[in-house]
Amino acid sequence: MTKPSVGGLESPDLSSHDATAHESAPHVPVFAGAAREELDQLLTRYPTKMAALLPALWIVQRERGWVSEDSMAEVSDLLDLTPAYVKGVVTFYTMYHQHPVGKYFIQVCTTSPCGICGAEEVVKSLLRHTGTGDLGLTSRDGKFTVIEVECLGACGFATPVMINEEFIESVTPEKVPGILEDLA
Amino acid sequence: MGFPHPSHRQETPLLTRHFGEAEARTLDGWKKRGGYQALEKVLAMTPGEIVDIVKESGLRGRGGAGFPTGLKWSFMKPGDGKPHYLCCNADESEPGTFKDREVMRWTPHALVEGCAIAAYAIGAETTYIYIRGEFTEPLLRMERAVREAYDAGILGANAMGTGKRIDIYVHRGAGAYICGEETALMESLEGRRGNPRIKPPFPAVSGVFGQPTTINNVETLAAVPEILMKGAAWYKAMSLSNPKSTGTKLYSVCGNIRRPGTYEVVMGFPFKDFLHDVCGGALDGRKLKAVIPGGASVPIQTMEEAEATLMDYEGFAAQGSMLGSGGVIVIDDAQSMVAVIARLTRFFAHESCGQCTQCREGTAWTTKIVERIRDGHGTMEDLDTLVEIGENMTGTTICVLSDSCAVPVISGITKFRSEFESLIHGKRVHSVLTAVA
Ligand SMILES: Cc1cc2nc3c(=O)[nH]c(=O)nc-3n(C[C@H](O)[C@H](O)[C@H](O)COP(=O)(O)O)c2cc1C
Ligand code: SF4
Ligand code: FES
Repeated sequence: MTKPSVGGLESPDLSSHDATAHESAPHVPVFAGAAREELDQLLTRYPTKMAALLPALWIVQRERGWVSEDSMAEVSDLLDLTPAYVKGVVTFYTMYHQHPVGKYFIQVCTTSPCGICGAEEVVKSLLRHTGTGDLGLTSRDGKFTVIEVECLGACGFATPVMINEEFIESVTPEKVPGILEDLA
Repeated sequence: MGFPHPSHRQETPLLTRHFGEAEARTLDGWKKRGGYQALEKVLAMTPGEIVDIVKESGLRGRGGAGFPTGLKWSFMKPGDGKPHYLCCNADESEPGTFKDREVMRWTPHALVEGCAIAAYAIGAETTYIYIRGEFTEPLLRMERAVREAYDAGILGANAMGTGKRIDIYVHRGAGAYICGEETALMESLEGRRGNPRIKPPFPAVSGVFGQPTTINNVETLAAVPEILMKGAAWYKAMSLSNPKSTGTKLYSVCGNIRRPGTYEVVMGFPFKDFLHDVCGGALDGRKLKAVIPGGASVPIQTMEEAEATLMDYEGFAAQGSMLGSGGVIVIDDAQSMVAVIARLTRFFAHESCGQCTQCREGTAWTTKIVERIRDGHGTMEDLDTLVEIGENMTGTTICVLSDSCAVPVISGITKFRSEFESLIHGKRVHSVLTAVA
């Protein structure tokens, strides 16, 4: 078995990450212009402001690629929550990136149904061809991050791989180089 | 594997009938196929009449527990002056399960229509379809279908010109299996961590935003328009086994099987024919060894049990398992059961929300011990310890995720004990040899 990191019991290897998770430049608000209008529209769907938290965080991640402490503070202001509360929610869910990730964020399912169809070999092939070296790390050129995830709800298409918002079905180790080439 | 596959002659395609037809995804295409006639019909009926038809049809929840849908709806009290909510559970994260994904990808309007009918029947002005965050294509399809339905006046303040308000919103989850548990889903929808709530109160009394709420699975709701169009008696007649299990059921089949995919068969269909004929049986040169028939949370079946099963709620129970979500995981003789189980317990350990000690600690320790056995460092005492931990994890926690983790372990040790023992003894032989050397 590959070393379990993200998706496993041991904590992921954070060595490549910026420990503070603040932005390097002063925070430019996410919710201005169109994004602000989008949030205002979302708020009409729910009886509480808090309910717009997950959608708001999705907007942050779409616009910035990750959810920084500064963005969390901005969201908490807009929704009348505390930054600590927002952080508590962000850390509960696996899909919000609390650190910058590679341009192509690659998630591979290795839960049993995919595992018995050869998912581990797909993981190895991805690690080799992206040059990231290990799960959770980002390649030197900033292009790729590969993580192992739990069931993606596409078990009949083993092995499913998600690259950013795109779902690729029935990936085998041999198909990996072609898939990566198509990204470039 | 190309998908969707053409229907097998032994299938009864009802929900899957239009899978693979791109045109069926659009409002026009859906209407051409009879879409939204059921909604039009029911809007002229009283909510009570609709609930009675669904009760009479025998439809049971397809999300895992099999609770009678009409009965669940009857717990709602429209007109009591409170806001009411419908939640559609599209969090589908149970390993082995991918049927709701196909419903949303291919027939999004079937789900919109089912939600609209259910919402009217229970008096809910607002419906949230909670879709797991990873389902990017289903999210897109559902958002488009909902927008089309609003633009056509099917949804909104004056739904289909009746003066009734039906609002449907798509809400994206963010990665957490536990949010499929109904009260965790509600917490998540409210903008909180997805921690399951202690029940009672049940959702019909205090659900999302503290208001009366009904929650149903995607497949359950997608079956509703057909039932209202064709009647309870027609639906009820679809059963080869017993009157408590009616209609058709979707099964998503994966693992070591020739033709993985989503299939639809009538209740009571023989599991033996399903596995060997409909799904094509084992891969070349391999033999099927075990099946987990209802998603990772249900007991493992031996092939003997599986082949004696009639596929319905009672049939799976009679053969040592449960129908669950209909996520069929097929395991062949090339796999180590211990390795399969170890990876499943790791899943549960990762997904535990951590509120209950038995679950938080139990899932983690179970994983450590099963992995130790898998890696050749186990002892016979470990097997007793696993069963003891498993018993301690069952029936003692806020939700049943804890129980679910114990299920593959206990059923695995009971039914495939020799595989555990040979790994344990293999290690002993090995250590004797090294001692001699
Ligand atoms: C840990 C856990 C995960 C669950 N995941 C799902 C899920 O992904 N989808 C689903 O429909 N039901 C899921 N359920 C079942 C729901 O709690 C609930 O029973 C179901 O949505 C009710 O709908 P139904 O009556 O139409 O089946 C889960 C239950 C538990 C305990
Ligand atoms: S049983 Fe596990 S997942 Fe369920 S509430 Fe308790 S800790 Fe959370
Ligand atoms: S187990 Fe891999 S997608 Fe479900």
